[in-house]
Amino acid sequence: MSRQMGDGHRLFLQNMMTNGIVSAAQAGMLHKKCCELHGGQEKIDDFINVVNTHLQPLFMHIRKGMSEEDGQEHFVLVNMAETDITRMAADYAENELELFRKIMDLIVESDSGSASSTAILNSADKLISKKLKKKEAELVLNKFVQDKWLKEQDGEYTLSVRCIVEMEPYMRTIYQDMIKVCYVCHNIALQCQVCENPSCEIKVHLPCVARYFRARSDPHCPACNDFWPHEIPEMQAPQSQSSQNLPSS
Amino acid sequence: ITSSQAQRARENFTSDQIDHKVAEVVQFILIKDQKKIPIRRADIGKHVIKDYKHIYAEVMNRVCRTFEQVFGLKLVEIDLKQHIYILINKLEPIRGQTVSMHPGNPKMGLLFVILSVIFMKGGTIKENLVWNTLKKLRLDPGEKHDEFGDVKKVVTEEFVRQKYLEYGKIPHTEPVEYEFRWGLRAEKEVSKLKLLEFVGELFDQDPQNWTQQFREASTSGTSSQST
Ligand SMILES: [Mg+2]
Ligand SMILES: [Mg+2]
Ligand SMILES: [Zn+2]
Ligand SMILES: [Zn+2]
Repeated sequence: MSRQMGDGHRLFLQNMMTNGIVSAAQAGMLHKKCCELHGGQEKIDDFINVVNTHLQPLFMHIRKGMSEEDGQEHFVLVNMAETDITRMAADYAENELELFRKIMDLIVESDSGSASSTAILNSADKLISKKLKKKEAELVLNKFVQDKWLKEQDGEYTLSVRCIVEMEPYMRTIYQDMIKVCYVCHNIALQCQVCENPSCEIKVHLPCVARYFRARSDPHCPACNDFWPHEIPEMQAPQSQSSQNLPSS
Repeated sequence: ITSSQAQRARENFTSDQIDHKVAEVVQFILIKDQKKIPIRRADIGKHVIKDYKHIYAEVMNRVCRTFEQVFGLKLVEIDLKQHIYILINKLEPIRGQTVSMHPGNPKMGLLFVILSVIFMKGGTIKENLVWNTLKKLRLDPGEKHDEFGDVKKVVTEEFVRQKYLEYGKIPHTEPVEYEFRWGLRAEKEVSKLKLLEFVGELFDQDPQNWTQQFREASTSGTSSQST
């Protein structure tokens, strides 16, 4: 017999619905607050399992995802009933959705796992449904970032944690073999380092590279054992570790 | 539909099919509710229920139960003739900065100001009084606001469409004048006591200073808790 849903679980779920995605630290604070307000003793993973048990018949799920940039864990409310990005249709016009698909194309097809604002704005001029002027396209881009579908840094756009987690089935269907997973964590890898051995070419997320090769002076590919020629990035400890240490009352 | 007809209709569907249909209706309503758009039963029937119309009542009963048990939300029929529903929150939202504010939230502050002015003026208020109040708060309805865009449009169209406000002509006025009242969603969702607290914070006053309104708000709050 699974645990019953209480007001604390419902309040947590409502916040997940409002935000779509929260960092592990935010989830920890939210869990603590919900338990304070409505009573509750279980740890956050058990707490979320209760919510997920009751969401399952509704084809919804709270899923964990890791940021490709900094390795930090997040919780994403995923709607599994939708198999493509029509789920965004509640918030975006047809040509905005078309632009989003083109952005995904650019990012998945690139070596860097990102797309420049220049390339994106050029795509906006070629939309089939209805062209977007440059100014309009910039506003739509900002909206994608604001709604946490994209991240932007120095004019380069990447897919957010939310996007990669929620759109995974769609991405696997559309891009098939172009989608590779990280050799270390087995999640979709867009921003990553690639083994230079032509018969290997595994991909590893930057945070996963940092963890896997931590404190090794002579890094070798975990798959083929060739020398790993890339610079090993430094990553601070993931937030999720410290959030798990937060006292839960 | 007689009960025996409904029972025969139910036998035509597997338990899994009905479960799936309940999930679809829940999804449909949640998506509509993201924009606080009232949900028409006709739309539920047309877009989701479709061939299951003979067991509409059973599906909707389970939908309502799901909203209450899983989400802490209540599906309320606000128009018995047109069969229009809204989804209202039975839980008190968390205050503070635990999670980043949703982009839509600043509008709730704007709405609260207007609802409180209407309430303190006895339930109906001329349009001009609302605009004057907003101007005092540097929210000029004639200009574009960084956060809200067209303030007048948000107030007279968006909040009305969402049924937080009613906006109508005052009869027998020449030239024609308009007035605001609380909408059905506000009546069901907004605690008058919380509203006075909000405004007290905004204007740095104690709600008890507004004796008449505070008494009514307290009574209203008590009665709403008992329902
Ligand atoms: Mg309770
Ligand atoms: Mg409670
Ligand atoms: Zn990885
Ligand atoms: Zn290799």
